Amino acid sequence: MAEARGGGFGRIGLRVAALAYLAALLIVPVGVIAYKTFAPGLGHVIESVTTPAAIHAFWLTIEVTAIAVPLNAALGVLTAVALVRGRLPGKRVIEAVIDLPFAISPVVIGLALLLVYGREGWFGDTLASAGVQILFSFPGIVLATVFVTLPFVVREVAPVLREVGDEQEQAAATLGASRLQAFRLITLPSIRWGLVYGVVLSVARAIGEFGAVSVVSGKVAGETETLTLLVEKRFNNFDLSGAYAASTLLALIALLTLGFMVLVNRRRELA
Amino acid sequence: MSALGASLPRPRRRSATGGAGGLTIGVTTLWLSLIVLLPMAALVDRSLQDGLGTFWHAASSRQAVSALRFTVLISLAVTAVNAVMGTVIAWVLARDSFRGKRLVNGLIDLPFALPTIVAGLVLLALYGNAIAYTKWAVLLALLFVTLPFVVRAVQPVLIELDTEMEQAAYSLGASKATTFRRIVLPNLVPAIVSGAALAFARAVGEFGSVTLISGNKPFDTQVSSVYAYKQLESDNVTGAAAVSVVLLVVSLLVLMGLRLFESRVGRRG
Repeated sequence: MAEARGGGFGRIGLRVAALAYLAALLIVPVGVIAYKTFAPGLGHVIESVTTPAAIHAFWLTIEVTAIAVPLNAALGVLTAVALVRGRLPGKRVIEAVIDLPFAISPVVIGLALLLVYGREGWFGDTLASAGVQILFSFPGIVLATVFVTLPFVVREVAPVLREVGDEQEQAAATLGASRLQAFRLITLPSIRWGLVYGVVLSVARAIGEFGAVSVVSGKVAGETETLTLLVEKRFNNFDLSGAYAASTLLALIALLTLGFMVLVNRRRELA
Repeated sequence: MSALGASLPRPRRRSATGGAGGLTIGVTTLWLSLIVLLPMAALVDRSLQDGLGTFWHAASSRQAVSALRFTVLISLAVTAVNAVMGTVIAWVLARDSFRGKRLVNGLIDLPFALPTIVAGLVLLALYGNAIAYTKWAVLLALLFVTLPFVVRAVQPVLIELDTEMEQAAYSLGASKATTFRRIVLPNLVPAIVSGAALAFARAVGEFGSVTLISGNKPFDTQVSSVYAYKQLESDNVTGAAAVSVVLLVVSLLVLMGLRLFESRVGRRG
């Protein structure tokens, strides 16, 4: 990395501008919330994140993530393989469809699911007569989470697949490996860091999803209330310290995820 | 392509190369249709259920139009700030060196990892007294959640970019500003545009971070996604669907425009 000579002021100026912007927007605000959380004392924080509603919200969030993310990981890899290796018509359309969840408002996603599976939705009557409730219950939250996390694994795995090419897979095939063997022994190892990165991003988004879940969950405390919904409810009920405590818990999870992202990226560069 | 492949002495490709057989493609298509396309179709269907007139009436109500105008304008402002600040941050991360740079680099992705509702609350906790429930609050929240897009689009390009051209420009007496404008910037424009377009799409649809901090004041700080949510809460499903379809169209236009731009730049480069 060659450094331009002279213009030290310009360089320092840019550095200060960038760091000041980041500090004002990211670092100080997140620091302040941590400070405000712990200001009333640690005991208060622990009490606030161990109420029955909070514990339930925590486990609900984990359960939803544990179902949605593996589902998207498996089907995301499949989709990436179909996109990169398959010769299917309308690839561009499929790519656009995969990107949609990134671009659509979470509220729109929630509403769209409501209009398929809700009481007034396309399948509303059928589901009701079968006695299946999807919306305002667990399956609805999972569905919304699957929708919003759909693109991550595909987007991370597809470029890797493209880059490694299919020569090794073909060599394996000529040597008599079955498709499954070729996938397990050749393809999977080559995409593993891309896959892990996609999964980490999915987990972060799944835990943090608010808008779509807010529409489809019904927000029943102790039943369909995830951690993010708990934050909102506490804030609206003027339980500020409770909202801060739950936020700090979520922020800690986010920081862990972030650390993981950095680690995986480093491994990926080495690989 | 296939004729050329067949004439070469290499193993014949199986039905559809490697692991992507008909089953894979079938499962993929079914999955995407069920999860993404079906709900979108239901949304459009519902918005048009009572005829085009009702759709238009709901989408063009004064409050809906005001919310949409505010959403688009504030998103444009956010996109512009991101284009500049994102490039500056990417530049500093790629070319500068200082203590703690790796930490700063890692923190850039924080907005992607932090739940949006927490982002809103965090900004409210620090800046709430000064700006809560104003347009500035919405701007700040959107800047927070869209921060990584431009940085992460421009940074790799800057790292890959050969500095030889810049050195040549310097040695020929060009100033730093001229070199940046004439040599570096043209190379960065495609990445800046991609990142900015994604940031714009995200800002237009953002909900979680603005819902607390905006105060949702009609004709003032109400954005379209929050408006749609409020319509839904007051049981006006068709109205919510109409506004949602408008938002959906905006997102689609941005995505399609971006793809078109990228394929053009790709062909030229």
